Amino acid sequence: MSEPRPATSVDAGEVRRFDALARSWWDPQGEMAPLHRLGPVRIAFVRDHFVRLFGRDPRSLRPFEGLRLLDIGCGAGLMAEPMARLGFEVVGIDAAAEVVEAARVHALAAGLAIDYRVATAEELAAAGERFDAVLALEVIEHVADLGLFLDAATALVRPGGGFAAASINRTAKSFLFAIVGAEYVLRWLPVGTHEWKKLVRPSELVRPLRRAGFVVEALTGVAYDPLTGEWRLAPEDLDVNYMLFARRPPA
Amino acid sequence: MSDLHTELFVAGGGLVGLTLGIACAEAGLDVVVVDREDAAARLAEPYDGRASAIAYGSQRVLATTGIWPYVGEEAEPILEIRVADDNAPLFLHYDHRDVGEHPLGWIVENRVLRRALFERARTIPSLRLLAPVAVSHVEPREGGITAQLADGRRVAAALCAVAEGKNSPLRAAAGIRTVEWSYPQTGIVCTVRHELPHRGVAVEHFLPAGPFAILPMTGRRSSLVWTERSALAPKLMRLPDEAFRTELARRFGDFLGRVEVEGPRWAYPLAFMHAERYVATRLALVGDSAHLIHPIAGQGLNLGIRDVAALAECVIERRRLGLDIGDSETLARYERWRRFDTLTLAAVTDGLNRLFSNSIQPVKLARDLGLAAVNRIPPLKRLFMRHAMGTLGDVPRLARGEPL
Repeated sequence: MSEPRPATSVDAGEVRRFDALARSWWDPQGEMAPLHRLGPVRIAFVRDHFVRLFGRDPRSLRPFEGLRLLDIGCGAGLMAEPMARLGFEVVGIDAAAEVVEAARVHALAAGLAIDYRVATAEELAAAGERFDAVLALEVIEHVADLGLFLDAATALVRPGGGFAAASINRTAKSFLFAIVGAEYVLRWLPVGTHEWKKLVRPSELVRPLRRAGFVVEALTGVAYDPLTGEWRLAPEDLDVNYMLFARRPPA
Repeated sequence: MSDLHTELFVAGGGLVGLTLGIACAEAGLDVVVVDREDAAARLAEPYDGRASAIAYGSQRVLATTGIWPYVGEEAEPILEIRVADDNAPLFLHYDHRDVGEHPLGWIVENRVLRRALFERARTIPSLRLLAPVAVSHVEPREGGITAQLADGRRVAAALCAVAEGKNSPLRAAAGIRTVEWSYPQTGIVCTVRHELPHRGVAVEHFLPAGPFAILPMTGRRSSLVWTERSALAPKLMRLPDEAFRTELARRFGDFLGRVEVEGPRWAYPLAFMHAERYVATRLALVGDSAHLIHPIAGQGLNLGIRDVAALAECVIERRRLGLDIGDSETLARYERWRRFDTLTLAAVTDGLNRLFSNSIQPVKLARDLGLAAVNRIPPLKRLFMRHAMGTLGDVPRLARGEPL
């Protein structure tokens, strides 16, 4: 269990909650089932935007060969592993030591070389690290200080690189669906996973990104279709889940 | 001993296993195919005359994966199919022009297919063929499987595809049970040379003992699938050449002139087998390891190729997202997709065989009227044709001629 550090965006209570979940992360029917179901649509969004940004072949099974990606809040590696299979050299960071250990064990079994670290975005930024691609998926709604976090995350993207985020909007509908529905009614997520007042509106994410010189290329909703049991991109409906892709112009 | 790492491990390098390996490796996947027989020895086998019917959908798969060019001119197109009941005047006639420009299917000698597969396989760097070596066992573990080969090597992969044929040790080891029964029939297979050209016409006679199929091969040759009562088959197999020829000619008829038997005769006891599941942990069955149907409609290999096209699509789609190709999600999709198609065809072929393999007069009259009726209802006929051609239902991309 890592202790909260000074001047960091990590919230100790949040870290403790995910630590407890570490072992069940990779069970498609377990506690992280909603993330597993979200997987394909999130990966396709991220893959397609990076393929376009870097001019890679969309049909290739390893389109990102030679590029480095940072997955912030990597958890047990649900995004880091697919990104590594697609050819990225992946660094995955999470503040929860136990979940990072679970990620290492899982990647080893899958034969994937992923550099997992117990670290924060601020620490990597302070050390002067740079990446072609940075991911912050289902992370910004859990950080203690969004401004600090985005300063670090944007600094980690090299000029010409890209940044992808996924989160939950702060609306009456998201309170109903993501908290009352997902946590209390459907029991998809453990009660207390999300705190409504910490949810981030898309505008609250877009504004600091633009200030940092980023160009927002896509902002789309992600909606659950109860009939097919699958998630899909819903460009018009950003009320609950949404994803963003932004690029940092070349220097 | 060396340990190999790959993404897909294919147990069995026969027609189905090698096609699967090629389809996936061609899309960029790292594949290891293991076969117990030596490739060179398989190709050097003496001429055996066995041939396969390649339905239109299967040909699309072979073409899209770059295998078909290696078959080249050695495939004989089927332009028409005539189905006749014993010697009844009523019959069903399928003409390829009823469903489009292309042939209904092709007849290709198995040795030609095998050579084409080996030649194509050699051109794909991410495909490794290990042979001759047997697979001792395959064990699922966290994140993948480990296959132990008889020569001591071990192969680590995310998924194991089992294409070992109907007697599949890995299927049994995975605890997958089968439903099976045998028919009181034996399929006698041989090649005949005839005086007159067949003009691309395949003929299926429903004789009381079972179907007697004449399939057009290249040159003035046809491949014969002669279904006989199992009690009689051994006697026929033991007949001296000329006596066998006479028995054969009596059923064949004289519409292609004099017929001569070429090469050896083969006998296969006819059976039905269906695996209760097509998948287990990190393991998928394809081809005859999953199902063996009555050869009445010549669909056995075609079902196997449909399995290949569906599994390759499930795997590559999953892999393009960087997801684990051996996880339960991928396997569940493959199984849902293939079981329905296979069971439908299995039921149809079993029913056809039971309907036709008798000479009870009312049944015979009913089926003759049925054949004639189907022949006169174009939409129904086209539906039957499309099913036989493998272009009906939820057709995998490769079988539609689209790359993965």
